[in-house]
Amino acid sequence: MSALSDQLVTFAILTYLVAMISHAVEFALGNARKVAVPAPARELVGAGVGGPGGVIDGPDTPGATRPDRPDRSADRAALAGRLAGWLTALAAALHLGAVVTRGIAAERMPWGNMYEFVLTVTWIGAAAWLVVLWKQPSLRRLGLFLTLVMVLLLAFAELKLYVQVVPLMPALQSYWFIIHVSTIIFASGIFLLGVVPAAAYLMRAGWEQGRRSFPYTLARRLPAAAGLERLTFTLHAFAFPIFTFAVIAGAIWAEAAWGRAWGWDPKETWAFISWVVYAGYLHARATPSVRRNVATWIAVVGFLTMLMNLFGVNFFFTGLHSYAGVN
Amino acid sequence: MTTVDDRPATPPAEAPRRRVNPVLALLRNSWRQLTSMRTALILLFLLAVAAIPGSVLPQRGVNPENVDKWFVDHPDLAPRLDRIGAFEVFGSVWFSAIYLLLFTSLIGCILPRTRDHVRALRMRPPAAPKRLERLPQHAVLDGPAAADPEAIAAVLRRRRWRVTVRGAEVSAEKGYLKETGNLLFHTSLIAVLLGVALGSWYGWHGNRILVAGADNAFCNTRQQYAEVSLGPRVDSADLPPFCLTLEKFEADYLDSGQASRFWATVSVDSPGGTPRTAGFSVNSPLRLDSANVYLLGNGYAPILKYTDRYGNSQTSDDPFLRTGDPNATEEGVALFPDANVDPRTGTRAPDQQVAFDGLYLPTAPKSAPFVASQFPAERDPMVNLTAYRGNLGLDAGIPGSVYALDQRQVANGKLKQLGTKTLRPGETWTLDDGSTLEFVGTTPYVTLAVRHAPGQTLLLVASGTLLLGLMGSLFARRRRVWFRVTPPAGGSPTSGSSLVEAGGLPRTEHPGFAEEFAQLVAAVSGDGADQRRAREGDE
Ligand code: HEM
Repeated sequence: MSALSDQLVTFAILTYLVAMISHAVEFALGNARKVAVPAPARELVGAGVGGPGGVIDGPDTPGATRPDRPDRSADRAALAGRLAGWLTALAAALHLGAVVTRGIAAERMPWGNMYEFVLTVTWIGAAAWLVVLWKQPSLRRLGLFLTLVMVLLLAFAELKLYVQVVPLMPALQSYWFIIHVSTIIFASGIFLLGVVPAAAYLMRAGWEQGRRSFPYTLARRLPAAAGLERLTFTLHAFAFPIFTFAVIAGAIWAEAAWGRAWGWDPKETWAFISWVVYAGYLHARATPSVRRNVATWIAVVGFLTMLMNLFGVNFFFTGLHSYAGVN
Repeated sequence: MTTVDDRPATPPAEAPRRRVNPVLALLRNSWRQLTSMRTALILLFLLAVAAIPGSVLPQRGVNPENVDKWFVDHPDLAPRLDRIGAFEVFGSVWFSAIYLLLFTSLIGCILPRTRDHVRALRMRPPAAPKRLERLPQHAVLDGPAAADPEAIAAVLRRRRWRVTVRGAEVSAEKGYLKETGNLLFHTSLIAVLLGVALGSWYGWHGNRILVAGADNAFCNTRQQYAEVSLGPRVDSADLPPFCLTLEKFEADYLDSGQASRFWATVSVDSPGGTPRTAGFSVNSPLRLDSANVYLLGNGYAPILKYTDRYGNSQTSDDPFLRTGDPNATEEGVALFPDANVDPRTGTRAPDQQVAFDGLYLPTAPKSAPFVASQFPAERDPMVNLTAYRGNLGLDAGIPGSVYALDQRQVANGKLKQLGTKTLRPGETWTLDDGSTLEFVGTTPYVTLAVRHAPGQTLLLVASGTLLLGLMGSLFARRRRVWFRVTPPAGGSPTSGSSLVEAGGLPRTEHPGFAEEFAQLVAAVSGDGADQRRAREGDE
């Protein structure tokens, strides 16, 4: 079972990788049309006026009209995008299989160490992405970033965090463990997904404001900024109460296991920091005088603090939570 | 769009008033600044940043040994950091200043908002704006719709809107839960802070090691703790009297050496009650009326029997402490300060005291060196000891550790090493003066934390209301709708068809509002039609 789980992880990574390539093809096919347009003239044709030979710049600005001539590369791009979506779904199914078989092999919930934790968090992120994609297909191009994050995190987990299946140590044998860890994982997965539209929004907003330097150019074919921003907020507003609950459940468990609800152990300290930063994001977004991209940056910082808690604290500090299984 | 805003009309506060006391003005302005959302945001950020050193540097409240180690490793930097509270971040002046300011800001924010919200709850939904077609949602109900404002109001009420009818106009509002939840959430934050404060003022906790056996029972007094901390409002006499005896300790291990189960059995003796037996474990503490007892660790205390040159025997079962090795290698010391008391004179010989220090290995390796255990359970127990004779330095009045020898006495030659030997249970070591040390066996010990934490119920309840409030605040949506009935030109209400116009305004972000509005309009048309039909039937 354990070996099967390991194989499924490898297949899932490969499938995410293919999905990513397919998304990249979608992007590239869009960009291919642009190549024929002389670069300095791009600003001029940006409104959708085609040059000779049917070289037409895609609709960058929301108001631009689509060319009425059927554009074969646009069709191919859409096909690649749809294919990427299906591949992501396939990868997520393999990924789920890996999580489940890992749990069966261990005869417990598969959240006993950092490897399993990352494996499950990334699956939640992928599954939540599929839900978003299903509800708002227009956001499909974000998939490029999502699959990139998936490949990076999963490969990192496989190469650096992998440990053999072992049972839980006594400190982790509690039903509060299941509640605390499952909700932490769930919230982390949604936050992980949330950072994708957040980063995309920051780039896209820059593009819409006329910035044409490197990271902004990537956003040329992303969905409109306002929609990305709304998705960012929706995901964070959804994850925040779950995260809050998870932290409370952790405190209840810590009271039973260690005799104190809150002890400023490094992991607890970083959970506190993340919570405060995300509360700051929700505040900033509700404050009219704070600009939306400032608020979104706060969300990105919040995600960095989550990463710090997941990786940094396990590697750099020792504390009661040191059961990552890495040395 | 002035009708849209229902904030109680504040008089133009900026209107310059003459002869304002400048101090008062400054105070008022500072207060306004402090309670603004921007300030709250900045303080939240400062709070997050201020917490970072608390995870990077070791903290006294979490791990005092690591702080000592840090002082040794960084002799220059450590005292300077210590002066600014870097090793007690969460109790430091600057951390406290940030959260106290934040909570002051919070109170200053909650109070007026609560007042406004109570007012809004008491007020009727506001009158319709003149031009409904300017609202984000607008509809003219097609066909001969309900002309009756009361009927429209009934439809809205059934959908749990707050409704008021003013003549031919219906105003309705929904989603007060958003603000209610938000206030509940922020108030709960204050309750959480109070709960934490209660716990630190009236709580106490202590740690100690408890070795199995009736001789080693411990009673809950300040002196019996190795480490104790009482809140500022707690006196030593307030510690509830009870005694614990460790009767049995069981630990199961997997073949890999990982622990799979711990279980401690104790007898609890409270004054006025009969002793009772209770079991507890990691994750399931022993909950007494007045305190909770937590199992933090465990180990083995070697039983060492020393028979001095006069034939007098003494036995030590002092615990050997874990070295941190997962296979439970332990180190410790057995002190015999009363060794070699001449039975004829009864005088103590301070330079003839005896001690042994060294390692205990629950599972010794097959061959030397015998310095690390191979497995955490006792499969092949062994002690690896060094013997000393001389002055142990216990009378010098310098408090030393009970778990280690005073190395100064060794360094200044007052305590002499006699040799080293490994012993298995039952084996005896005969020293140069004919005295013997027998390794009898081991007895288990547990590391306990005993803790009383008042305020925890408050914390739990506040956490619950915090979550409820948060969900209300994040997921509820405030919105308003208006309906205006215009009677047909010149006709009576029943003859011609009246015109019903509707407008809707989401007061917070609400992607589904258009849909809800459409449904509402449909329901009003439908219901209106039903009622008209009913009325026609009556005639
Ligand atoms: C202890 C520090 C604080 C924390 C942890 C905190 C946390 C939060 C959170 C998580 C939200 C999001 C829920 C929502 O959107 O309704 C929120 C909303 C809000 N907070 Fe705070 N807050 C704090 C202090 C303050 C202070 C000092 C003020 C007043 C200046 C304030 C005013 C508000 C307001 C008006 C909202 C509603 C925003 C909206 O319209 O959605 N908060 N707060």
